[in-house]
Amino acid sequence: MSATSNYASERETDEGRVFTVTGGDWDTIVSGTDPINDERIVVNMGPQHPSTHGVLRLILELEGETVREARSVVGYLHTGIEKNLEYRNWVQGSTFVTRMDYLAPIFNETAYALAVEKLLGITDDITERATTIRVLMMELNRISSHLVWLATTGMELGAISIMLYGFREREYILDIFETITGLRMNHAYVRPGGVAQDVPDDAVVKIREFLKMMPKKLKEYEDLLSGQPIWTERTKNVAVLDVTGCVALGITGPVLRSAGLAWDLRKTMPYCGYETYEFDVPTHPDGDVWGRYQVRLAEIRESLKLVEQALDRLRPGPVMVADRKIAWPAQLAIGVDGMGNSLEHVAKIMGQSMESLIHHFKLVTEGFRVPPGQVYVAIEAPRGELGVHAVSDGGTRPYRVHYREPSFVNLQALPAMAEGGLIADVIAGGASLDPVMGGCDR
Amino acid sequence: MTSPTDKQNDGGVPLPVVPVGASSGAPAELPPASPAGRGMFGNHGTGDVSGYGGLVRQRHPVEEASRPYGGYFDEVRDALEEAYPAFGDAIEKVVVDRGELTLHVRPERIAEVCQVMRDDLALRFELCSSVSGADYLGADERRLHVIYLLTSMTYRRRVRLEAAVSVEAPHLPSVTAVYPTADWQEREAYDMFGIVFDGHPSLTRILMPDDWEGHPQRKDYPLGGVPVEYKGAEIQPPNERRSYQ
Repeated sequence: MSATSNYASERETDEGRVFTVTGGDWDTIVSGTDPINDERIVVNMGPQHPSTHGVLRLILELEGETVREARSVVGYLHTGIEKNLEYRNWVQGSTFVTRMDYLAPIFNETAYALAVEKLLGITDDITERATTIRVLMMELNRISSHLVWLATTGMELGAISIMLYGFREREYILDIFETITGLRMNHAYVRPGGVAQDVPDDAVVKIREFLKMMPKKLKEYEDLLSGQPIWTERTKNVAVLDVTGCVALGITGPVLRSAGLAWDLRKTMPYCGYETYEFDVPTHPDGDVWGRYQVRLAEIRESLKLVEQALDRLRPGPVMVADRKIAWPAQLAIGVDGMGNSLEHVAKIMGQSMESLIHHFKLVTEGFRVPPGQVYVAIEAPRGELGVHAVSDGGTRPYRVHYREPSFVNLQALPAMAEGGLIADVIAGGASLDPVMGGCDR
Repeated sequence: MTSPTDKQNDGGVPLPVVPVGASSGAPAELPPASPAGRGMFGNHGTGDVSGYGGLVRQRHPVEEASRPYGGYFDEVRDALEEAYPAFGDAIEKVVVDRGELTLHVRPERIAEVCQVMRDDLALRFELCSSVSGADYLGADERRLHVIYLLTSMTYRRRVRLEAAVSVEAPHLPSVTAVYPTADWQEREAYDMFGIVFDGHPSLTRILMPDDWEGHPQRKDYPLGGVPVEYKGAEIQPPNERRSYQ
């Protein structure tokens, strides 16, 4: 065996042939690095890391504690929802899109419903009550999403109690959702044409209670965090991104508003009748994590105002379009196992009216046809502009649905925020973007 | 059984027809909605005596818009025509549908057009809201479309730009130099549709694994799936179930 052989050296023994493996090329690799003088190290943060809001991987090149380069790797939670939508009918789409950004399911559903309605040309036929319920649910959802942001960000910066408080109050909202939709998350409640079913009376009582309770809780959070020297040290002048950077990188939502630009689609390009509601768009001049904290807390207060107005506007009326070719015939009801057809409806179609049964069967198995064309609908989700590009070829299924996910787009800002800063501020900066990987990767 | 009767309409979304020679016969080859407009269940060539298989649905194609478009659309077009000398060459057609303006742009001109759209004082489309792909298999020679949604925060306007490339030469310039936000979104379009954005700083896959083969959101890429058992019955995967068209 020559010394330059690529194979391990071998010799014959009594037990048989023995190979000696000496890790050959590792010698050159080890001698090529200078562990004393080379101060840059590459650190993989994630994809499983408590501070990455899901399965996000950050590759950080560090020089001491300073981040020289940061790259984020996404896609670990890709589930092909957009592709799957092309194989289900238009109504079934609601159940898929609600699972994208799991902290803001009502927004995913509403954006989808608005897009399908625009394709159908029935935007103006959506009943007043359905639209009001959508606003009500979206604003409740915005509060719950911001609460999770507050809770997780607090935890990541070392404030464990705020994590418990945030999730506790969010649980209250999830209870309200359960009363209304039958499910805590993944509701499939907002459907093309309206909402799946009406808001029960006890939910209204619960929401009123929540409205009474929440301002006190917000005060509590602020007492806990705002004057806290560690919290202010960790957030002020950290991960700064100005308006120019935000617009160039496509960053919208609270991050853009924390830099001082009052761009909120509810005001600038209203939908769902937001132009008729009374509320402000909070901004902050600094563009740092502190500013984003302030903006989100203020947004919770504005959302409370909106919820109250929406409640006051709830007048009895239908929650689905009148067109029986689009509205599902059943009056859905909440049973022990979630939402389903009401027993009265089942009794009617099975026992009394064959035409009803045929109609029900056709609409549920076949679905409705949507005229060919494409639309783009954008709404203001808790994380920014949530856009739906929907294409129909005239069939009963979506031809193409693309979600412009604010989590996906906003994550691009992470290197801009992190590079040149300290590694601890990567956590604060990343958390202030509020990425939800289920939405980012879809 | 079916024939490609629907050619691409003159504007807006091309209408799908059954692609001749594109189908290997595998059920997953096309989404069942694709040959929409003919028949009921997509079971061509069987002994269908109901007559439903011969139904052809009437279509109302989206056509090139004629002036005036209404709203701010005329202003946008005039401003672009004035600011961009190569307008006639670059813009293939203008479509107004459902209150939205779409400019179909020659793919090689897309970066230039975006530059003008962003910088001209009368246009000011500062924000590129969305970049995405779509595959119009069988409906368009250049079947891969890239759709850019530009937003003017100053004037509160939206415009859609659409560029079409073929699978054989899926190249068009990247707009990342104009809109850095397009970076990941172009990577997604490359990942999902195989559209190559020339000049992109690092055009790699983003959602799928790096060593993945194929581009999953193309229409000739099967959805895949396995049959599942439900209450004793076998339910086929979604792409093999009977579907209405």
